[in-house]
Amino acid sequence: MNLLVCISKTPDTTAKIAFDPSGKKLIEEGIQFIMNPYDEWYALVRAIELKEQLGGQVDVIHVGDAQSEMVIRKALAIGADAAYRVDCIPKDSWDTATQIAQHIKGKSYDIVFLGKETIDHNGSEVGCLLAGMLDWPYIAYANKLTVAEAKAMVESEIEGGVELAEISLPCVLSCAKGMAEQRIPNMMGIMNAKKKPLEVLTSIVSDSKMQIEKFELPPAKSSVKMISPDHVEELVEIFKSELKII
Amino acid sequence: MILVLIEIQDGKIKKSSLESLCFAAQIAIVKGLKVKAICFGAEDCDIELGDYGADELLVVSNSATFENDQIANVICQLNVEMQAEFIILSLNSTGKNIAGIIAVKTQKALLSGVVGLKQEANGISFVKNVYSGKATVYYHIEAQGAVLAIMPNGVSIQSDKAKKATKQILKIEPQASRIKTIEKRMVKGKVPLTEASIVVSAGRGMKDPGNWAMIEEMAELLGASTACSRPVADVGWRPHHEHVGQTGIAIRPNVYIAIGISGAIQHLAGVNNSRKIIVINKDPEAPFFKAADYGICGDLFEVVPKINEAIKRAKSNS
Repeated sequence: MNLLVCISKTPDTTAKIAFDPSGKKLIEEGIQFIMNPYDEWYALVRAIELKEQLGGQVDVIHVGDAQSEMVIRKALAIGADAAYRVDCIPKDSWDTATQIAQHIKGKSYDIVFLGKETIDHNGSEVGCLLAGMLDWPYIAYANKLTVAEAKAMVESEIEGGVELAEISLPCVLSCAKGMAEQRIPNMMGIMNAKKKPLEVLTSIVSDSKMQIEKFELPPAKSSVKMISPDHVEELVEIFKSELKII
Repeated sequence: MILVLIEIQDGKIKKSSLESLCFAAQIAIVKGLKVKAICFGAEDCDIELGDYGADELLVVSNSATFENDQIANVICQLNVEMQAEFIILSLNSTGKNIAGIIAVKTQKALLSGVVGLKQEANGISFVKNVYSGKATVYYHIEAQGAVLAIMPNGVSIQSDKAKKATKQILKIEPQASRIKTIEKRMVKGKVPLTEASIVVSAGRGMKDPGNWAMIEEMAELLGASTACSRPVADVGWRPHHEHVGQTGIAIRPNVYIAIGISGAIQHLAGVNNSRKIIVINKDPEAPFFKAADYGICGDLFEVVPKINEAIKRAKSNS
């Protein structure tokens, strides 16, 4: 199996988010960046498991500048075999997908994995765009995967249940909870990661179809109104008159 | 023209589809565009979509069930003639699977997770939540238009448009699919969490899975769906599909009631777009109180049954 995992770099879940005065750019000072958790825990680990089971190769690809190398090395430490970095700061999800599609067109991957979304832009966009650009079938939010011959069985989350589907290969899958369990890189993995190949690719031009006007922080939350545990009827009154749910 | 995907389940239009349609109607008013709704397989669908802002209903009729990729194909095929400025669908499991594919094939921008629009001097911009609910972003779309995937529970439904939608039946054969649905396993009788307007959620403070009857009772009394925090799903006290939070399902109900959940940042990331948050916890230092609108600091084993009794009294008096 030739497998590719797309990895993204995001601010840590606990990061405090702020923007510069133009409102267009995240203030990166003081923020710890990590591999997008869903790319790491579910997409990457499932790809490695599949390789362990069926043989083959796991590549990772990242679109970003040289500062992302620590994220890429971590993926190699967890167990990927080779890495590619497309050297550009992507303008948007379309740009990211364009760069990844360009790489894939020259290779022969069977499955391309991504996390269900990134925890910064929360769009679930890249995987579906990539599938469109490659004209490959796509399943979003996969939480179980088995592969046999040129087909995969994929279980995915749908509203109010799960769906089991058969998908032909090659395909693109976005991965959610259930696909795999997080793996912590061990010392051997970290040492080996330094020797694994990391190739830097030149980006191609992609048109921008939309622009960020500004980011905004939510208005400060007014402080919580506490109700005494001895007067729960006050809460029920709020249910009735303010929230109108009874 | 705006094209909106309407999905039908168990003979009823999905709530998320009505949200998509109402959002289309908002754009239609600002930009002076017509709204065409497209649905698959439901010739007898008799909901007055005109009330929600549709000018025309296109019914793609075929005995076959359309897979997601086949739905995407039909929409792209129709768009060749229609040249829609916007194609709108829900960011539900269908939208997540096809919005990007439609965007690529129609060469439109893709914006998913949209919760609103704002009129600006240079046109309209679209609003979505980012950084797991910690910020909002405004996007300006270039001239070629966009595929907009609307966040479930992100847009309010209004049925005051009083238009008369015409209906057209289209006979279209689905193209071959590379995806074949084998089965759908549904949890019976509950509103899916992403669509629920009220959610009662409980966590480790419950101490034992046998204590959930009072949570179920509150949910029943309020017509709410039940949810849980990650630790209780991980140890198997509650099913995984109830897990809300960053790794679980992200939700945005009108009212979120959190019982015995401390409010770790990973949990908040999945629920902080709820319109009102009520927290019941015995620890006054629980971080969840900082994100709450209303709080009760007390022993949930005493407080929750008392609330349930008070709801029953309030309901019998009204």
